[in-house]
Amino acid sequence: MDNQTLFTTIQDLIDSRQLAVLCTQKDGHPYASLVAVAATQKLNRIIFLTPKTTRKYDNLTACPNAAFLINNSENRTEDFYQATAVTATGTVIHVPDAEQQALTDIYLARHPHLESFAAAPTTALVCVKISKYILVNRFQNVFELAVTP
Amino acid sequence: MTPLLDIQGILAAGRQQTGTKAFHMAKLKKTGFTVPRTWCIPTPVYEAYLANTGIRDRIGIELNRKAFDRMRWEEIWDVSLRIRNFFLTTPLPSSLDERLTRELAAACNDFPVAVRSSAPGEDEKASSFAGLHASFLNVTSPASIVTHIKLVWASLFSDAALLYRRELGLAVERSTMAVLIQELIPSDCSGVFFSRNPANSRQMLIEAVWGLNQGLVDGDIAPDRWHLDRTTGRIEAHYDPKRSHCIQAGTGGVERVALTPALADKPPLEPAMIDQVREAGRRLESLFEQPQDMEWTFWQNRFYVLQSRAITTSASKDTDDKRTWYLSLHRSYDNLKALYDKIEHCLIPKMIQVAEDLGRIDLSALSPSNLCAEIDRRQAVYDHWVKVYWADFIPFAHGIRLFGQVYNDAVKPADPYEFMTLLENTGLKSVRRNTLLEELAECIRTDPGLARTLAQHGRAPSDHRFSRLLADFIEEFGDLSCTTGTGNECQYGDTAIIRILLAYSQRSAKRLDPSDPGTLEDSYLKAFAPDQQTYAKDLLHLGRESFRLRDDDNIHLGRIEARLHEALQEGQTRLSAPGNNPADLACLTKIPALSAGALNADTASASGTFQRTETGEPDTVSDRWFRARQIVGHPAGQGIARGTARVIRDPGDLTGFNEGEVLICQGVDPNMTFVIPLAAAVVEARGGMLIHGAIIAREYGLPCVTGADRILEYIQTGDRVTVDGYLGIVTCETSPD
Repeated sequence: MDNQTLFTTIQDLIDSRQLAVLCTQKDGHPYASLVAVAATQKLNRIIFLTPKTTRKYDNLTACPNAAFLINNSENRTEDFYQATAVTATGTVIHVPDAEQQALTDIYLARHPHLESFAAAPTTALVCVKISKYILVNRFQNVFELAVTP
Repeated sequence: MTPLLDIQGILAAGRQQTGTKAFHMAKLKKTGFTVPRTWCIPTPVYEAYLANTGIRDRIGIELNRKAFDRMRWEEIWDVSLRIRNFFLTTPLPSSLDERLTRELAAACNDFPVAVRSSAPGEDEKASSFAGLHASFLNVTSPASIVTHIKLVWASLFSDAALLYRRELGLAVERSTMAVLIQELIPSDCSGVFFSRNPANSRQMLIEAVWGLNQGLVDGDIAPDRWHLDRTTGRIEAHYDPKRSHCIQAGTGGVERVALTPALADKPPLEPAMIDQVREAGRRLESLFEQPQDMEWTFWQNRFYVLQSRAITTSASKDTDDKRTWYLSLHRSYDNLKALYDKIEHCLIPKMIQVAEDLGRIDLSALSPSNLCAEIDRRQAVYDHWVKVYWADFIPFAHGIRLFGQVYNDAVKPADPYEFMTLLENTGLKSVRRNTLLEELAECIRTDPGLARTLAQHGRAPSDHRFSRLLADFIEEFGDLSCTTGTGNECQYGDTAIIRILLAYSQRSAKRLDPSDPGTLEDSYLKAFAPDQQTYAKDLLHLGRESFRLRDDDNIHLGRIEARLHEALQEGQTRLSAPGNNPADLACLTKIPALSAGALNADTASASGTFQRTETGEPDTVSDRWFRARQIVGHPAGQGIARGTARVIRDPGDLTGFNEGEVLICQGVDPNMTFVIPLAAAVVEARGGMLIHGAIIAREYGLPCVTGADRILEYIQTGDRVTVDGYLGIVTCETSPD
C-alpha cells in the first residue's frame, strides 16, 4: 500500500457507498447516526445534509468534532478478511454563503434524489474538514492518511 | 435501443416490451384490419429514462415515506401529484431526447396523434387498467409528443393506478410502461363494442357517439346503445339517449361542441354500420380466442379499429373489483361544472333554508311526543344531508385536483402545490368566522373591565357591544362550544366560547397574510393560447369554487347538525328535570342518543379514533422506556415552530387550548378551526395536502405536518415538540440518554 493507492482506495470506497455512520457527542453523551455523504475530490471535506431539528445537528453545534465510518461489509463471515472500513475524523466548519452552492452541487451529484431535502430552509448542509483517514482491511491491517486541509 | 418502433418493430420486440395494447394493434395490422398508423415507445426507453435521471430513486422515496396501506386516498393523490411533477419537470437525457425527437419528426410530424399507455399486463383478462393510465388525443409536434409520453409514463403512478395495483397485489416498483403513438383519426362517429355483453352473456353490446370516443369513455356523453343476440347478431334493443354534444379535436386537445339539429336527431350508426362493427368484433374474438372489448371509429365511411382487449373478469357485476370506484376519483371538467351548478344554486341554498326552518321551531313548546317526532325528523334530515355530502360535495372537491393538474401541466412549477396560492384567500367561511372572533377579542382587549367580568361570570352585560356581537356571531355560526365535532360538547359548559375568546384576547391581533396571487395568475394564463383563455379562466374559477365550498359545505352541514343537537339537548333537559311524569317521557328514553350514557359514548366513539394500548407487564420492562423522537409525515404548511403539544383526543380538549401550543389531532374538523389562529403549528395524523387543517393552517401561515402516522399514540399533551413544516418532521424533545 502506498500513499496514492491508499488515497484511491479510500476515494473508491466513499464513492461506492451511499451512507456512512456519523459519530458525534455532547456533554459526554456519544451518539451515532446514519447519513448520506459525499466527499470532495481531494477528500479533505465530507458533506452531508440534516434537518436542523435533529440530535446530530444539536450535538455538532455544541461540539464540532465528528467521525465517520464507511465500510463495505455485507454481513457475511468473509467480511472479516474481505471488507474494508474507513474512519474519517475532522471538525465541522462554517461554509461561507459563496461556497454553499458549489458544495450542494457536489452533494446532489452524488444524491440527486435528495434535491427537495436540500432545498428546505430547515435543512443544514454540514461540512466536515477532514484531518485524517484510517483504513482497516484484512482483519487488522490499519493505515492512516492525512489529507491537505 | 431503438426508441421508436414501427409495426414490424413492435411485432419483433414482443408484448413484454411493447405492452398489450401496442402489440395487439400490430397484430391487427398484420392480419389485415384497418388501423391508424401506429408506433410504440418500448419499455426499455422508460427504464433508461428512470435510471439515467435518478427519478427511480425519487419515486422510491415518495412511495416509501409511509406504509402504503396506512395512506388515505388523499395522501395517495398527493404522492401521485408529486411523482407526476418529477416526470413533468425532468427532461429526457439529451441523447435520447434528440434521437426520439428526430424519429418522431420523421414518422409523424405533419398530422396529430393520440399518445396512449400500453403497459405490459395492462388489459389482460384478469385485470384491466382501462382508464387508469393516461391517454392524450390530438397531440401535435415532436416536442409535445415527448411531453405527453412522459405524462403517460407518470400515469403508472396515478392514484387510481396505485390503488388498483395494490388491490391486485402487483409491485409498483416493478411496473413498467410502453407508449403507443397512433395517428388521430378525426372521426365522424366512434364507439365501443363488447363481443360479449358484461351484463348478459347471451348478448353483444355496441355503444356509439358522434365524434371522438373520449366523451363516451369519460362518461360525459351519453351513447346510443344496441344489444345484439350473440348467436344470430339480431338487434334486440336500441337505447336512444338525448343527443346534444360531441367531442372533437380542438386547439391543444379536444373540445366539447354542440351537435347540429340534424345529427342530434339521428343515431350515429346506420344498420349497415352496425353490421360492420359486429363483424369486426367477431373476427377479433376469433383472432384473440376470447371475447373482446373493441374501440372503433368511422371516418369518411371508412371503419378503423382503434384498440382491442380482452373483456376482463372484472367487468362482470358479481366481482368485487373496485376499478370503477377508483376511476370515479377523477372527474371531467364538464362533470364538475354541472356539479358546481347543482351545489351552488340548489344544494347550499336548500341547506341554509333547512337550518333556518328548523331554527324557527320553539322546541320548549313541544309536547313530549312532538319533541320525539321532531328529534326523529331532524335525525332523518341530518342523515339525508350527510349522504348528499358524500355523493356531491366530496366529489366536487376534485375540482381542486383537476385545476392543480392543469396548472402543473401548463406552468411546470418546481413546487407541485404552487397552484394552491391561486385558490387560497378567496373568502373561506371559516376565515370569516375567525375574523369575527378577532373582532370579539378586540372588544375584550380594549376593555379591561369586560375582561374581568367575562373571566369571573362567563358572560357580559346584555347591553354591551360584545354581547350584541356575540349574539350575531352565534346566530350566524352557532355556539362553537356546542357545534364542534360531534355536537355533544355542551357538557363542557356554556362558557367554552368565552374561554376561547379570552385566550384570543390575550395575544396580539393576528391577521391573515394574504399572498398576492396576481403574478402567478398571469403566468398561468400566459401558458395558454389565446383561444384557450376562456377555458383557463373557467377552470381557475372552478378550482376556486371547489376550494371555497370544500370549507363552506362543512359549515352548512354543521349548522344542520347543531339543530339536531338542540333538539337532543331539549330531550336531555326534559329527562333530567325533576317532577316529570315518566310515562310522558317514555318515547324520549327510546331515542338512542338520549339513552343512559349515550352522549358520553357517542363523544368517545365519534372522536375517539385513539385508544391507548398498554404494552406488556410493567414488571418485565421496569428499566426500559419507549418514546418517539421524530415522526415523519408530509410537509403541508411551510415554517418551523416549537411549542407545547396539545393533543386533541376529544373535542373537549379544545376548550383548554392555550395560545402558542402545537395542535395535534387525528384530523382538524372544519368546525374546530377556530383554535387554529391560537396555535403555533398544526399536526394531523390524517394525511393530505388538501385536507381541511392543512388548508386553514396555510391560510394563517402556520407550519403544518399531515399524515403523521400514529402520532396520537406517541405524543402527550404537555410534551415539547418542534414542527418542521418544510420537511414534514415532528421532533419530540427527549433527554440525550
